[in-house]
Amino acid sequence: MTEVSTVTDSTISDYPDVGDGAGARALTPRVGPLEGLQQTFSLAWRTLVQIRHNPLEIIDFSVQPLMFVLLFTYVFGGAIGGSPHAYLMFALPGIIVQNSLFTTLNTATGLSTDLKEGFFDRLRSLPIARFAPLSGRILADIAKQAWAVGMLLGVGAIMGFRFGAGAGRPLGVLAGIGLVLVSTLAISWALVLVSMLAANPEKVQIFGFVVLFPITFTSDAFVRTASMPGWLQAWSKANPVSLISDAVRGLMVSGPAARPVVESLLYAVAFTVVFAPLAVRAFKRRV
Amino acid sequence: MTYSIMAEGLVKRFGGTAALDGIDLAVRAGSVFGLLGPNGAGKTTAVRILATLLHPDGGHAAVCGHDVVTHAHQVRQLTGLTGQYASVDETLTGQENLFLIGRLTGQSRPESRARARDLLATFRLTDAGDRAVKTYSGGMRRRLDLAASLVSRPRVLYLDEPTTGLDPLSRNEMWDVVRGLTATGVTVLLTTQYLDEADQLASEIAVIDHGAVIATGTPEELKARTGALTLAVRPAEPAEVPAVLAIVAGFTRAEPEVRNTTVTVAVGDEAVMPAVVGRLEQAGVRVAELTLRGSSLDEVFLSLTGHRTEEPEGSVAA
Repeated sequence: MTEVSTVTDSTISDYPDVGDGAGARALTPRVGPLEGLQQTFSLAWRTLVQIRHNPLEIIDFSVQPLMFVLLFTYVFGGAIGGSPHAYLMFALPGIIVQNSLFTTLNTATGLSTDLKEGFFDRLRSLPIARFAPLSGRILADIAKQAWAVGMLLGVGAIMGFRFGAGAGRPLGVLAGIGLVLVSTLAISWALVLVSMLAANPEKVQIFGFVVLFPITFTSDAFVRTASMPGWLQAWSKANPVSLISDAVRGLMVSGPAARPVVESLLYAVAFTVVFAPLAVRAFKRRV
Repeated sequence: MTYSIMAEGLVKRFGGTAALDGIDLAVRAGSVFGLLGPNGAGKTTAVRILATLLHPDGGHAAVCGHDVVTHAHQVRQLTGLTGQYASVDETLTGQENLFLIGRLTGQSRPESRARARDLLATFRLTDAGDRAVKTYSGGMRRRLDLAASLVSRPRVLYLDEPTTGLDPLSRNEMWDVVRGLTATGVTVLLTTQYLDEADQLASEIAVIDHGAVIATGTPEELKARTGALTLAVRPAEPAEVPAVLAIVAGFTRAEPEVRNTTVTVAVGDEAVMPAVVGRLEQAGVRVAELTLRGSSLDEVFLSLTGHRTEEPEGSVAA
């Protein structure tokens, strides 16, 4: 379709009460907490509705993890884990963590795009909570993550992935999903900071890959660390991706859970304490 | 007389340079106020401070009596901003953009939906309402952006260079839109680089340059002071330039300028033309070219400041 509304007689006579309302409306002194929450949901809605108009984005957070599971399981699985099935049992929790981590990159590039294209100016000129653009984006990405985690578990189940036995297992599975969401939320603060400091979304993307890729692959998300050189093993054991992967394995399949869960949560707290204030400060400065 | 916008001694520095160097503004309620100046004069900086997007380094500003720094939230409830670049979400449809802003400003879902529909109709975007904004033309985007800033029914509207980059057709459309707005009682602060635009729309104009107001008044007052029209006379004989200068000097307070052999000077109204022709005839000066045209912003600046708009920083004649 081309432009529908070219000039007709170019008089717009009929203005439905454009400028009257403010006089009748009482001004509020500040944004209430409930309003802030509502605005967060509205902005999360905005991020999610973008998907409808840009279906390619679905590839970003659906097809990519699917490819990882299929390729790793059927191509490398036998060689790494003895059989594709044995490998899937080991690697699926790791792939879930890896995927969630990469999804945080969406938060960062999305924020960066908004900053660059002036949409933030519009938001900032509105009487809304200053944190709403940030919290709305994060909430939307948590929703995307939850979708991806559920999808990976579903596809994994079809491929033969089974949760460990035991009466407490369903709770463990839920706790595992919760842990992934909480940990990646904490780590996303670091990426939010990057997006506030970077000049454009492309730079955020590059930073994300340069940093996230090596961190993810030097963990035990995909392979056991035993075959790595000693120095790499030492790093891998301290790598948060390893700890979260171990915790999810312990909670969903088998093995010790308590220690990696606690350590993962400590990482989450550390990331939040260090990066959330920095990110919010940088955010306030930029917006 | 009530004022919707008051600013006193606004200062804003970026690095070492002062983008605003002590600006005073008083905008009457319900009027269209034009902030006229060349690129880099500080227009956008001023608007961003008044819209609470930037903190001033000095001075004060208030909108409807609310300080833009200490009572930013109140100011935001009263104002709408349409920036130089359309600040809408390109991936959403026009309807969704307006709906989102309705929701963000506390309207219910049905209210937001109805408001979006009304505004789309007002700005003749109904047919495009369900298409992603990235498919819109430049003029359509600007109209949507303006609609977006009206969703919350602001009392004060900032239009930052609303027609920069638009083709003449879209510019005329935008002018009609702004004229229509004033009929509703909204106070409009308009920034522009075009004298013509300020003249067409504003009831009062402040000319700013290098972050300072160098003249204020109604368009008529400014035109009387600076000359709204430019008279150009080129004598057939270069030797007659001094004679031409002497003649045109009798019709204006402005300083005539000579380029090659063409004498240009700002004049107040077109009645000057026949009089000048008469005097030239009397004096026996043969004329190769004689034109009367609207003054450009550059010429207004020349007559106000003694320098042209492109002159480098530091050559300010205050």
